[in-house]
Amino acid sequence: MDKKLQPVVEQLEKELGCTVSETRGLVSLSVPAEKIVAACQQVKDLGFALLSAMTAVDYWPEENPRFHVIYQFTSVSGNMVLGLRVPLPGLNPSLPTISHIYRNANWRERELWDMFGIKFQGHPDLRRILMPADWEGHPLRKDYPLGYEEPQFTFNFDEINLRKPYAKE
Amino acid sequence: MGIEQKMGNMGIATTTLEQAVAWSRTNAMWPMLFGLACCAIEMMSAQAAHYDMSRFGMELMRPSPRQSDLMIVAGRVSRKMAPVLRRLYDQMPEPKWVIAMGDCASCGGVFNNYAIMQGVDEVVPVDVYVAGCPPRPEALIHGVLTLYEKVQGMKFAEMKK
Amino acid sequence: MPDVQEITVDDLKHLVSERAIQGETVLLNMGPQHPSTHGVLRLLLELDGEIVVSCIPDIGFLHTGIEKNMEAKTYQKAEVMTDRLDYLNTVGNILAYSLAVEKLVDLDVPPRAQVIRVILTELQRFSSHLVWLGTSALDLAAMSMFLYCFREREQILDILEMCSGQRMMTTYIRPGGLWRDVPVEFEAAVRDILKTFPRRIDEYEALLTRNPLMLDRTYGIGKLTAEECLNFGVTGPMLRASGVKWDLRKDRPYSGYEQYDFEVPTRSEGDVYARYLVRLEEMRQSLRIVGQALNKLPMGAVRSNNFKFVPPQRSEIGVSMEALIHHFKLWTEGFNAPRGFVYTAVESPRGELGVYLESNGGPKPYRIHWRTPSFDNLQSLPLMSRGVLVADLVAIIGSVDIVLGDVDR
Repeated sequence: MDKKLQPVVEQLEKELGCTVSETRGLVSLSVPAEKIVAACQQVKDLGFALLSAMTAVDYWPEENPRFHVIYQFTSVSGNMVLGLRVPLPGLNPSLPTISHIYRNANWRERELWDMFGIKFQGHPDLRRILMPADWEGHPLRKDYPLGYEEPQFTFNFDEINLRKPYAKE
Repeated sequence: MGIEQKMGNMGIATTTLEQAVAWSRTNAMWPMLFGLACCAIEMMSAQAAHYDMSRFGMELMRPSPRQSDLMIVAGRVSRKMAPVLRRLYDQMPEPKWVIAMGDCASCGGVFNNYAIMQGVDEVVPVDVYVAGCPPRPEALIHGVLTLYEKVQGMKFAEMKK
Repeated sequence: MPDVQEITVDDLKHLVSERAIQGETVLLNMGPQHPSTHGVLRLLLELDGEIVVSCIPDIGFLHTGIEKNMEAKTYQKAEVMTDRLDYLNTVGNILAYSLAVEKLVDLDVPPRAQVIRVILTELQRFSSHLVWLGTSALDLAAMSMFLYCFREREQILDILEMCSGQRMMTTYIRPGGLWRDVPVEFEAAVRDILKTFPRRIDEYEALLTRNPLMLDRTYGIGKLTAEECLNFGVTGPMLRASGVKWDLRKDRPYSGYEQYDFEVPTRSEGDVYARYLVRLEEMRQSLRIVGQALNKLPMGAVRSNNFKFVPPQRSEIGVSMEALIHHFKLWTEGFNAPRGFVYTAVESPRGELGVYLESNGGPKPYRIHWRTPSFDNLQSLPLMSRGVLVADLVAIIGSVDIVLGDVDR
C-alpha cells in the first residue's frame, strides 16, 4: 500500500469499522449502506476532493448482496486513490445520496437508478437520464436481456424480412 | 435535321423538362446537418477542404430541415432519438432524399442490442446506403453521386406527392 | 413508434425558477439536432429575453449500451466496441482498455510497443484538439479555422491509416502490445509532422489569440473556480485552466510517460479563453513528447510473448504446433481472466478516462464500466451558464469539449 495512504486507511477503518482489501494496487474499503454518507464526508475531509467514478456491479442470481456500489476517490493534493464498496440486497436496493457532498454524484446516481434500479434517498431529481423517460426495466441488470436482433442469413432472410419494421414512406 | 444543327450553332440546348428539373436538383442539393456520432466526423472531413463536397453542389449544410432536401443520417440512432429523427424528416419539404451513412444507420452496425435502432430504415425510407465504419469521405461522395444518378433517372410520375 | 417526448413546465418544476411557471420567462428547447451542440445534446433553456436563467441538459440520445454489449463478448471481440465511445480519441480508449486488461491478467508489454503507444496517443490528442479548435471556432463564426484544422487532421489520419488500415477506428493497440509493427514510412511521416505543425499552430495563434473578436466573445465568460471544478468532478483541460495542476500523465504515469520531459500548461482564470490557451499549449507539448519518443524508439518485438493471452504471429502458425493451438484457443474460447477487479485511468484529451473492469473468472468481462470525462464535465454546464447570453452559451459549450459518445456511452 502507498505510504501516504496508510494513515488515511487506518483512520477510516477505526472510525467506520469497515474492512480493507487491496487487489492489484487498488485499496478498497467495504462500507455498509447506512454509513456511506458519513464515510464520504470523512473521505472528503481527509483531502479526497475528486469523486472519480461511481458505478455498480450486479451479481445476479445471488440475492444478498446482489449489487455492489463502487465509489472511487482521488486526492489531487496528496496524489492518492481510494475506493469504497457498498453491498446492497436485491430487493428494493437503496442508498442515501451523497450529491450534497460531491456534486457530480447527482448524475451518477441518476445513471445508477436508470441502469440498475438503485434508489437514492434524498436525491433532488431522481429520473431517468440515459434511457427514454417511459422506458421500463433497468438495462444493466443481469436478468435484463441484451435485446439483440437475429442476424439475417440466406436461409432465414425472407422470414426475418417480413418481421422487420420498414418505413414505407 | 436542319433545325437541330441551326439551333446548336446558335448555342441553344434542348432537353426534356424532367431532365432539366433533375439536373437542377442534383446540382444544388443541400444536406441537413444530421451528424450523430463518429460518421459525423467523417462527414465533416468530406465537407472540409481535402475531400471537398462543395464541388458536387453541397456547398452548405443547413441546420434547419425546412431549408434542406437531403438528410444524411450519419451515426447510430438510439431508441430515444428515433422519434426526433422522424419528426425532422417530416419537417423537410418535398422532394427529399435520405442517405444512410455508415453501418449503424444502415443495419445497426456493431451494436446489436436494446439501445440502438437496427437500421434507420425502420423509421425513414432510405434511398442510398453507404457502408463503412466509418465510411471514408470518398465513399460518402460515391454514395452522393449514386444518389444523383438515381435522381436523374427519376420521372415525374414517380415523385412522391 | 413513440412520439417525441413532450416535457412540460410541470415536469421540471423543481429545476426551473419560479418565473417560468408564471410564464415570465420562456422555456426554449435547444434540441438534439442543433449545429452548436456538438452532437445530440438537448438543452432546455429558460430564457429571460436573451439571458439564460437556467439550463437543463437532457442527455441519452446517443446511448449505445456499450457496457452491456461488451459483457456479451469475449475480451478480444470487445475491443472493437471501445473505439466507438469517444470517437475523437479512439487510440486513447483502447489504450485504457488494454491497460486494464493487462493489469487484470498481469501481462507485460515490450518497450517498443510502449513507445509507439505514446506516439500514437499524443498524435490522437493533437487531432482531437484540432477538431475541438475547428468546431468551436466555427461556432464563433471563424470559418477558416475549421478548414485549416481539418487539413492538418488529414495528415494525422494518414499516419493512422498507414499503421492500421483505418482512419479513425483503428483498434491498433491491443492488450499485450500492438496489432503489428509500424511500416517503414512511419518514421518519415511523423518527422514531417514534427517539422511542419509547430508553424501551423503559430498560424492559429496569429489568427485567434489576440483577435479582438475572440477576446470579446471568450474572455471572462463561463468562469469556474478550482473548487467548483473539483466538486463537479471536472478533469482535463477545464480543470487545468482553473488553476489545478493535475494531469494523469505526470501524476499517475502509465505506459512509460515518466520518461518524457514535458510541461503541463495551467492557467488560473478558468474562463473560455483560458481553456483555449491551455489546449493550444497542450498541442505544442504533444508534439514535444512525440519528438522525444521518436528519438528513443527501441528495436524489438511489439507484442508480448505470453501466448495464453496474446495471439502469436501469423507466420508462426504454419510452423509451430503450440502457436496453432494458442491461436485456436484464443479465437474459439478466449482467455480466462482471474477473478478480481481493476480500475485504470488514462488522460484523454477531455479528462480522466477510467475503466473499471471486473472479472469472475470467465472469458468475458463480467462488468466493464467506462468513467468517461465528458459526463462529469457536462454537469458543470448549468453552473457556468447562469446569467449569460445565448451566444455566450454557444461559446461555453464549445469550450467544454464534449463528445456525446463519451457522455452517453
